[in-house]
Amino acid sequence: MKTRLSPVGDMVLFAAFTGAVLTMPIWLAPVGAGYPDLLQKFAIYGLFATGFNILFGLTGYLSFGHAAFLGVGSYTAVWSFKLLGMNPIPAVLLAIVVSGIFALLIGYVSLRRSGIYFSILTLAFAQMCYNLAYSVLTPITNGETGLRVLETDPRIFDSTTRAEGPLISKLFGFDMTGYPGFYFCAVLLIIGFFVAQRIARSPFGTMLKAVKSNQNRMTYTGLNPRPYTLAAFVISGMYAGLAGALLCITDPLAGAERMQWTASGEVVLMTILGGAGTLLGPILGAGLIKYFENIFSAFNEHTLSSIFSFLPDFLKELAVAISSLFVGEGWQLTLGVLFMLIVIFLPGGIMEGLARIGKLFRRIGRGSDKSHATAPAE
Amino acid sequence: MDEILLQFLNGLDKGGAYALIALGLTLIFGTLGVVNFAHGALFMLGAFCAVSFNLLLSLQKVTVDPTKTTAWGTPLEVRTPYVEAYLGDFGHWILNYSVPVSILLAIPVMLLIGFAMERGLIKHFYTRPHADQILVTFGLAIVLQEIVKSIYGANPIPQVAPDVVSGAADIGAMLGLGAGVIVYPWWRMVYLLFSLVVIAIVFAFLQFTTFGMVVRAGMADRETVGLLGINIERRFTIVFAIAAVVAGLAGVMYTPILPPDYHMGMDFLVLSFVVVVVGGMGSLTGAVSAGFLLGILQSFASMNEVKAIFPGIDQIIIYLVAVVILLVRPRGLMGRKGVMEN
Amino acid sequence: MEILKVSGVNKSFGGLRALNNVDFSVEQGTVHAIIGPNGAGKSTFLNCMIGRLVPDTGTVMFGDISLTGMKPYEINQVGVSRVFQTPEIFGDLTLLENVMIPTMAKRDGQFALHAFRRLDQDKEIRDRALHMLEDVGLAEKKDMHSGSLSRGDKRRLELAMCLSQEPKLLLLDEPTAGMSRADTNNTIDLLKRIGDRGITKVIIEHDMHVVFSLADKVTVLAQGTIIAEGKPADIKGDPRVQEAYLGGAHL
Repeated sequence: MKTRLSPVGDMVLFAAFTGAVLTMPIWLAPVGAGYPDLLQKFAIYGLFATGFNILFGLTGYLSFGHAAFLGVGSYTAVWSFKLLGMNPIPAVLLAIVVSGIFALLIGYVSLRRSGIYFSILTLAFAQMCYNLAYSVLTPITNGETGLRVLETDPRIFDSTTRAEGPLISKLFGFDMTGYPGFYFCAVLLIIGFFVAQRIARSPFGTMLKAVKSNQNRMTYTGLNPRPYTLAAFVISGMYAGLAGALLCITDPLAGAERMQWTASGEVVLMTILGGAGTLLGPILGAGLIKYFENIFSAFNEHTLSSIFSFLPDFLKELAVAISSLFVGEGWQLTLGVLFMLIVIFLPGGIMEGLARIGKLFRRIGRGSDKSHATAPAE
Repeated sequence: MDEILLQFLNGLDKGGAYALIALGLTLIFGTLGVVNFAHGALFMLGAFCAVSFNLLLSLQKVTVDPTKTTAWGTPLEVRTPYVEAYLGDFGHWILNYSVPVSILLAIPVMLLIGFAMERGLIKHFYTRPHADQILVTFGLAIVLQEIVKSIYGANPIPQVAPDVVSGAADIGAMLGLGAGVIVYPWWRMVYLLFSLVVIAIVFAFLQFTTFGMVVRAGMADRETVGLLGINIERRFTIVFAIAAVVAGLAGVMYTPILPPDYHMGMDFLVLSFVVVVVGGMGSLTGAVSAGFLLGILQSFASMNEVKAIFPGIDQIIIYLVAVVILLVRPRGLMGRKGVMEN
Repeated sequence: MEILKVSGVNKSFGGLRALNNVDFSVEQGTVHAIIGPNGAGKSTFLNCMIGRLVPDTGTVMFGDISLTGMKPYEINQVGVSRVFQTPEIFGDLTLLENVMIPTMAKRDGQFALHAFRRLDQDKEIRDRALHMLEDVGLAEKKDMHSGSLSRGDKRRLELAMCLSQEPKLLLLDEPTAGMSRADTNNTIDLLKRIGDRGITKVIIEHDMHVVFSLADKVTVLAQGTIIAEGKPADIKGDPRVQEAYLGGAHL
């Protein structure tokens, strides 16, 4: 893990990241991802995974219930639209606060246990939220139909606005759809990345790594691990709430399925795929998964047979038959296989893979005589 | 009173399913030290053994009966399943009993699946962190359920219980509480008995065979057993395969109660994990009793009277119990010290 | 002056009496060794002092603070550090970070939310940690991951971590266990050097060579009871101690 950059190095990384995010519409266009809806998803899930990584990557606590905070954020945002008006800023702020409170409560209880028990507790809380959202909390969540903004809602600050079509979030006169919607999310992603970077380099972040590394030593060093992990839990819950709110700015609709545990599993996968404990990894993982989801689920037999058209007929049919299992409806299968392959062969995720490749190149460039200079002196 | 008895009965069959899945889960925890998130998928695969068997039996032979014609004047096509055509009444009987008979298919299939899973994947994760085990088995669960989805589609496929036990028993009348007060489907009773028998077999196996003794010793203290020079690896494989069979059988027999679909395993897995944690990680009796306990509690929570007092309680009761138990008794009801603790 | 005073401590596990009415005190600024055969209750005793175990009866006083019932991190915060039998370090972190963490714990207390300050810009902490690493001779490895250190180096690192907190009392659980003779002697030298800083030390040790090179006073524990106490030279000749060690094979 190469995370020990100098302040200048960090600034370069941050500047490069900012540049890359803001120019995504340009450099992602050649691979067919240069349209705002998908880019917005990259940014939103990048935030979700970045926050999850503050908990899982730094402290090693594997939460299987983070989707609950995503859902809470969405519901809060929609309620903010309904009551306060379609401005996304109060929605985002409220979502962060409310999901933070949820995270504080759930974290306070769940963090009394560690390891697998912690995972089960978070899962249990998330499932409770999900089940309640579907049943008794229907007045707040609107049950299966999902919560949406209606013309008749009070919307104190912009109740006079009438829209032709569906109500859409608005900031400074811009509809939060298309590129304005993407850039709003992108700016928040950049801020979120900046905060995560500061945390990773801070004394607090180092304490979180200490929690992961050796809790026993930590307590005998005069440090109480629990407030540290709780703070990490709440911060990552707030990121999830923020992501949840952003999911609603273009499409002001919140449904309970956003809280289901498969959604919690997805953010774990994003983080692992990119590389838990690294700054860029989770964002990369989120982007890749959303990208492939988008590409693969759009494939059908027809597109497949045109891809394999260079093959002789019987081979083509075979190739189409096999690959059609993995695309379209079968995209989840690809996801599962990918999940397994990463955990089995590359537990450090893409970032570790890149680091390995980088090391290989450096070794070739430098010659093999110096490569053992850093080996531990026994 | 009768209402309570009815809910009690209603909870038992679901409790039986929880208990069977949790039993396998905790057996795997205790001996192999592996957190198996794919255990629900094994339950689902078992259910689909029953589905496949039934589909296989229902393959139909089309014969044209020239003596009769349809309303349109074309010769009537008669469709008879092959088994009935060739085996006559016996074939008919098998078709009727396809769910219980498919146990015979499920046992070898599940053994094979369990064996392949342990040898092919799980064994490489013995020394990896629990987080990795959870993640890789979670991935496997997704893969398995997606494969089933691509073969059988996304819709539930209802299975029927044999005619003999298709109705419901009027237990109220039997107990002299009046007719129609407590009506309980026969098949649920069969399921309850079946789960008790399977549990008894597993316990007897662990209690009375040398193999079982070593497994129990291994659950108590893995290192020591390893030091005795006993071939642990092979036993791990067998334990895993047994757990797979138990989960599979639980799935086979559950099909007439709940039409199986590809994600039924996930739904049961989450609950079974909670059951294991409530029962106490690594405790077999804990898993079984917690399974029944939670099944019954869930059933009671869904009574209208209870729901009137605590709205939504039926949705969250199991999780609520899990949270309370974990906080009050960190190791679950019957958990021992040192199991799954870092 | 007594810095640590243990009075009437009992501890049982099930039916087994691990500690039987132990009274024990340590003078400020001295090195006090606790020896005894295997199973004598040495580790239980240490764990009772450090908050890992709570004694059934009795009190552990550190100056005028009662340590009984306090959490391990609270005990550390009042000035008691501990070196473990197998070195407990932060294996995923660099040596420098390993030493910076206890230094921060000393300065900022058991919890501080400094999420926006850069750790590598904290000159005070960094300098102190570097200085400490130099003291134990690990300065040139400061950017290595501590998990890849040799056992002897891990021990030295752990010692540096404890010393960086400038504890009033340092508890060492078999600090030379599993070390080569050369490493053992290095450790003895190191511990002697710390002695100059006036840190009171309690050492649990098997190796008599270590005990007699370092200790000002020796307490012998056998079957949960103190059977002898005195200067190393006196203890060496004590017949009860010889007896406890099965005919004095170790002496």
